[in-house]
Amino acid sequence: MTSIAKPKIVHSGLARNVLGLTVRDYEGGMSTLCAGCGHDSITASIVQACFELGVPPHGVAKMSGIGCSSKTPAYFLSASHGFNSVHGRMPSIATGASAANRDLYLLGVSGDGDSLSIGLGQFMHALRRNLDMLYIIENNGVYGLTKGQFSASADLGAKNKRGEENRQPPIDPVQMALALGGTFVARSFSGDKEQLVPLIKAGISHRGFALLDVVSPCVTFNDHEGSTKSYEHAREFNLRAIHTDFVPPEEEIMAAYDEGDVLPVELHDGSRLLLRKLANDYDIGNRGEAIEYLRTRHRAGEIVTGLLYIDESQPDLHGANSTIETPLNQVPYEQLCPGPESLAALQKRYR
Amino acid sequence: MAKQQKSRVNDFVLKIANVNGTGSASANALIMKTVFRMGIPVTGKNFFPSNIQGLPTWYEIRISKDGYLARSGSVDIMIAMNAQTYTRDLQEVAPGGVLIYDSTWPRDRLLARPDITIIGVPLARMCNEQFANVRTRVLMKNMAYVGALAALLDLDRAVIAKLVEETFAKKPALLESNTKALDLGYDYARANFECPLPLRVKTLNKTAGHIMIDGNTAAALGCVYAGATVGAWYPITPSTSIMDAFKAFCERYRKDPKTGERRYCIVQAEDELAAIGIVLGASWNGARSFTPTSGPGLSLMTEFLGFAYFTELPAVLFDVQRVGPSTGMPTRTQQGDLLAAAYASHGDTKHVLLFPRDPRECFELAVTAFDLAERLQTPVIVMSDLDIGMNDWMCKELTWDATYRPDRGKVLSAAELEAAKTFHRYTDVDGDGIPYRTLPGVHPRGSYFLRGSGHNQYGGYTEDSAEYQQVLDRLAKKWRTAATLVPQPEIRRSRQPTKWGIVAVGSSDSAIDEALDLLAKQGVYADYCRVRAFPFGKKVTQFLEQHERVFVVEQNRDAQLKTLLMAETQYPSSRMTSILHYGGLPMDCRCILEALGQAAAAGVAA
Ligand SMILES: Cc1ncc(C[n+]2csc(CCOP(=O)(O)OP(=O)(O)O)c2C)c(N)n1
Ligand code: SF4
Ligand SMILES: [Mg+2]
Repeated sequence: MTSIAKPKIVHSGLARNVLGLTVRDYEGGMSTLCAGCGHDSITASIVQACFELGVPPHGVAKMSGIGCSSKTPAYFLSASHGFNSVHGRMPSIATGASAANRDLYLLGVSGDGDSLSIGLGQFMHALRRNLDMLYIIENNGVYGLTKGQFSASADLGAKNKRGEENRQPPIDPVQMALALGGTFVARSFSGDKEQLVPLIKAGISHRGFALLDVVSPCVTFNDHEGSTKSYEHAREFNLRAIHTDFVPPEEEIMAAYDEGDVLPVELHDGSRLLLRKLANDYDIGNRGEAIEYLRTRHRAGEIVTGLLYIDESQPDLHGANSTIETPLNQVPYEQLCPGPESLAALQKRYR
Repeated sequence: MAKQQKSRVNDFVLKIANVNGTGSASANALIMKTVFRMGIPVTGKNFFPSNIQGLPTWYEIRISKDGYLARSGSVDIMIAMNAQTYTRDLQEVAPGGVLIYDSTWPRDRLLARPDITIIGVPLARMCNEQFANVRTRVLMKNMAYVGALAALLDLDRAVIAKLVEETFAKKPALLESNTKALDLGYDYARANFECPLPLRVKTLNKTAGHIMIDGNTAAALGCVYAGATVGAWYPITPSTSIMDAFKAFCERYRKDPKTGERRYCIVQAEDELAAIGIVLGASWNGARSFTPTSGPGLSLMTEFLGFAYFTELPAVLFDVQRVGPSTGMPTRTQQGDLLAAAYASHGDTKHVLLFPRDPRECFELAVTAFDLAERLQTPVIVMSDLDIGMNDWMCKELTWDATYRPDRGKVLSAAELEAAKTFHRYTDVDGDGIPYRTLPGVHPRGSYFLRGSGHNQYGGYTEDSAEYQQVLDRLAKKWRTAATLVPQPEIRRSRQPTKWGIVAVGSSDSAIDEALDLLAKQGVYADYCRVRAFPFGKKVTQFLEQHERVFVVEQNRDAQLKTLLMAETQYPSSRMTSILHYGGLPMDCRCILEALGQAAAAGVAA
């Protein structure tokens, strides 16, 4: 993960967030990805969202696997802890991190290879545990870092750079997440910052596993004609089904809205989401319908984006375990060790 | 009744052949505990199939006034409850021994052993007459043979009654049926045979201050006492009962009685790759975390183990070894994972191993493992095995020092980070090869980017040879530091000066202990070094150098411990002789007696 230190120049005129920090405080090292790589745009959106949300940088843990996408945590939030794990196994590290310190903001970045091939099992099981984290898949339909092989998200009939056609059906993480009980399922496009930033904020604020699949073109290996993950294709076929407004806890909802059009959702930290239907035939909050809708639109060649499903009521890993509020890594040893008397008493049963 | 042998008190082996799934475990435990409470050293080995119901299972109880806990290698009394294995069980009885069988069905044709005493007790018939419920009849047959044994061996009936009472304190109906079944067997034996047999027990007082416990339970207790809060696992025999026990203890000691809130978190992972990942994620955050597993799981964990070695994360693993290669024999014991564990993962990787010899050491070394893992910032693997983990061993009562506090190693606090000008994750500040670490969320200055890719001493990404090598060489230095911190070997000197040494790890200990006593009686002497950790450390190399010939005793085919000694010490392999036991059953002392006996006869290097 090469990264070049970026000189930090703070202009006095820069806006400050609730913590008094500027957007500079949320930046990272200089990216070493190919110029124009979709992943870099997602990085920019993450910086923006974290800054606006005012998360304390050192309370964030940036988690990733292996791949070009998984390198990106080096390019944002340099004041945060980063954990660049092994290929496809970031979800288990995140699970352990959350188990030990439930106060951390876990921000995971993965790729379609990392999450849908080698790491499919871990990805799905983290979702099934409703691990409290934001999990971004930077989805480009190829393995970028190993030079352009098809990934499991490549569409049927999609062509690689050499013109070879993919003949296996794609794995759509969004449909899978819906089917497996995901509590926050969203898709976006790296080139759509306006949509992406509120989704990142919502995903961070959601309690539970927030899946954000982001179409993120690989300019070097998958941005040609015949690719369904190219900039051109994504722009043309992006079907924004839901518009999401993120309203932080301290802000009032100003805009007037009609009950029928907008679904307000209160998140556990007090922030609210206003979900507005853009596609008339989409039924927010209906898991089964959502899957059906995605299948139909996908067949028509469209990429459905937006916050497609949210359920704030499900317990996360700790809710299901009834773990104490104090993060386990901060529980004093005295409250963990039963002591010599208990040991003596216990051993009566072994005599 | 055939020939009688002369009286043998408190020194014989009893073996119960049964079908698994028929509920004999509690009956067998009852026999063993009775002997134990009568003050007589006893040990039990369970030979069970990798199956849930219907296959043969044996339980072997050795009663030894001298306190030998290994198998003896022969069977004096066989309770042959399994028609399937009857012929073989009959053959296994040592001359002069006793066979007890269920005489409900005649077995005349199969009773041809004039050199042993054969005792038929109509267990099924008696139970069928007494109990209405079909399942009860099956279960009570087991209690009936315990009753018969009580008469034949002179077990203390008051002790039995007390144990049964304790077990069924809350279930009066079961107490009644069990007591009845015990009486059936007892009365029948008294009425029909001369009781007690020459092979019998007699109250002693050699078990005070001891307990009967299995290694997995003890290891789990160690985790609780060490302050482990996160456990991750994927079920695998023979390690599963570690997490079962950890959970039970935590429910008892770590759950708020009012709110139900838990001061622990167990994650049953999707596989072992995830289990070790969860451990690393938790320990990265400073929680003590662990995973129990066995060979197949260890194989799956290797990529992450190398990652943890290189990124310097603590982790505690329990490898309760079973028979390999591959799925092997899941319910049999071996020490076959030594090399796989020591060098798990690609690249120059080495791991700290600890070798408990019995449940008590599972408890103690579990605590040591957490301290070492955090002190050294590296995985520590406790190399138990099925024999230790799943069998009940008699060992000294566990004790706990109230002043113990976990060694969290070099973790910088918020105050220390506040005071420090800079923090570099992989710099050797103290010259011991161990860098300082920080935990996420503690202080802005503590943040760093943890990566398994090449990094320099500051934690930055590197592809520069010199920078990379500096980190790798410091890891080697840390390894040398580890050799000074791990538990020292236990050395048993023989009564006569000798040029022979025995080196072994773990559960081979009891067999070696007995072999050394027996050999000394024949005038053959050897010192014994029980290695308790890898890296080996000075005391181990000194022991080797003090001896002309070293017998390396281990439970695998390929002499893995010897290989480790060859790789990690200067001692010449030509002076090492392997004694290998790898059939999957717990070791007894015969292979050692044989090897040293032969060497003595051949006048080997003294
Ligand atoms: C165990 C293992 N196998 C293979 C690799 C090689 N590898 C590195 S990145 C990668 C694919 C990454 O693809 P993706 O997650 O889609 O990331 P992208 O580069 O496209 O962003 C592979 C196969 C590895 N690092 N580890
Ligand atoms: S190879 Fe593709 S994914 Fe990787 S950095 Fe370049 S454009 Fe991005
Ligand atoms: Mg990819």
